[in-house]
Amino acid sequence: MKKDKTWFRGLHAAPPHWLRLLLAILPFMLLVAFYLTASHIRHTENPQDKLLPTITKMGNAIKKTAFTEDKRTGKYLLWSDTFSSLKRLLAGISMAAASGFLLGLNMGLLPGLRSMLLAFITFLANVPPLAILPILFISFGVGELGKIMLIFLGTFPLITRDIYLAVRKIPQNMIVKSLTLGASQAGVIYRVIMPQILPRLIETVRLSLGAAWLFLIASEAIASQSGLGYRIFLVRRYLSMDVIIVYVAWITLIAFSIDLILRKCITWVFPWYNPKMER
Amino acid sequence: MSDAYLLYLEDIQKTYGDKLVLADIDLAVKQGEFCTVVGPSGCGKSTLLRLILGQEQPTSGKLLINGRADVLHPSPERGIVYQRYSLFPHLKIIDNIMIGLILPLPFWKGIFKKKIIRKEALHYLEQVQLAEHAHKYPHQLSGGMRQRVAIAQALIKKPQILLMDEPFGALDPGTRESMQMLIIELWERHNMTIFFVTHDLEEAVFLGSRIIVMSQYYLGGSEKTDGQAKGARIVSDHSLEKASSTHYKESDEFGKFIQQIRKEGMDPAYLQHVTQFNLQHRDSFQTLTSEERAVLQ
Ligand SMILES: Nc1ncnc2c1ncn2[C@@H]1O[C@H](COP(=O)(O)OP(=O)(O)O)[C@@H](O)[C@H]1O
Repeated sequence: MKKDKTWFRGLHAAPPHWLRLLLAILPFMLLVAFYLTASHIRHTENPQDKLLPTITKMGNAIKKTAFTEDKRTGKYLLWSDTFSSLKRLLAGISMAAASGFLLGLNMGLLPGLRSMLLAFITFLANVPPLAILPILFISFGVGELGKIMLIFLGTFPLITRDIYLAVRKIPQNMIVKSLTLGASQAGVIYRVIMPQILPRLIETVRLSLGAAWLFLIASEAIASQSGLGYRIFLVRRYLSMDVIIVYVAWITLIAFSIDLILRKCITWVFPWYNPKMER
Repeated sequence: MSDAYLLYLEDIQKTYGDKLVLADIDLAVKQGEFCTVVGPSGCGKSTLLRLILGQEQPTSGKLLINGRADVLHPSPERGIVYQRYSLFPHLKIIDNIMIGLILPLPFWKGIFKKKIIRKEALHYLEQVQLAEHAHKYPHQLSGGMRQRVAIAQALIKKPQILLMDEPFGALDPGTRESMQMLIIELWERHNMTIFFVTHDLEEAVFLGSRIIVMSQYYLGGSEKTDGQAKGARIVSDHSLEKASSTHYKESDEFGKFIQQIRKEGMDPAYLQHVTQFNLQHRDSFQTLTSEERAVLQ
């Protein structure tokens, strides 16, 4: 029998497990190798180069920010920055998720509410959140509330609309069926449809987190005393690429982990959702 | 007199925009009847079922369930089995059946009574021979199994009338036949009233205790649509013998009857006047306008 399966090329490729792992790691290795080479070249020309710090310098940056008390504040900077940023991020996104979920769910099922709010939410979704950042800072102050409101306003309309669309896709038959099974109107909304939409909420939050990080870092860069974004823009003045790269890698790692946890959450808690989805 | 019937429709009309779909439907169904409905595709069978279910409202006419007119919206008196989308994808099979007993309770009571309800649900699941699949999700079952779950799900509510909209339409012939035997058995055991829409003549004649044929191909009628497509009416209405086994389907009598129904209902060239419809069933009646009646003389 002729072997008609390739490992890599074409529509019918069937890479074995080990190859898939290898292929997944490959772009990372390429990136690191590329960086190290470039950094090495620059350092042979100029040992004081700041643009592409060496691994050792970055190691020192980690030691300095994560494991040494800051002289001025007496805090471990990386951890206290992470803590303040995550607090803002989670406060903003969970408020947006909770209210967007309830609103989208009810708008999807109640024609009255839908008529009243659909155009308004669509309008809100088109307001560029960063453009109203000054308004937020003026009205909510440059403290925590202003930043949380930015994240909230930046993600809430999209979450609402996505949940709304998911609810609208539920066949009318299912709602009729629930009524014939003795559900009250509230029962249809909160006991039949809501549990079906929950995994969709997690997916929407996963997608909105990218925007949430953007708004978080932007607001921290502009007015803040702490936070990951604040630190990055602070050390930029001293051209501390080593700290910046460490912070960016750290943010990426956090964002990736949150996404992973949410994704696993869907497969564990909602096994009926997307049964064929690839892990 | 309309009180004696479980289901009573008089002069029911339904239009969608300008389009008249149902013209003057008169129908009375007694408790315990297995009423099958056939007709050309697109004639409005499903529309009629949705009106009875309360999913949609008639444009005009009188619709009574057990003599009551306040049945505007879907309610537990009327059970429904659709062709698809009948199950809740997020619930295991057993929970899909329990939900009919849990939903009417406040949710905290549902938690306390779960054990008793589960037992009853299992009992119904056994009747559709699916007890061993209780802990699977709907997407793990075949189409035929899913329809059996949907039937059990509706049965546990003991509806006064069970509406079925082409419930076996998406199943392969073998599965279909076993589902037909199952539904006859359940109908007899639970003394149910069933309103069963299908496009399959054989299925309708085999299952029903009464067959209703709807069609938009007829002559006369008071609505001013002569020349255009007409709204469907009930053009023939027969009581049927009870089938004891699938062998009935091979008999001569069965074949002849199918031929007759096919002519009365499905043939666009065979046009009867409204006064000549073959309404043989003892419960059937017709409200005719004076112009329609005038043709009789
Ligand atoms: N919601 C609707 N809006 C407009 N037309 C409809 C609607 N539902 C059904 N119809 C029309 O009504 C007619 C009857 O449909 P249906 O009851 O589904 O027929 P059947 O079940 O006999 O095949 C069809 O011509 C269809 O196009």
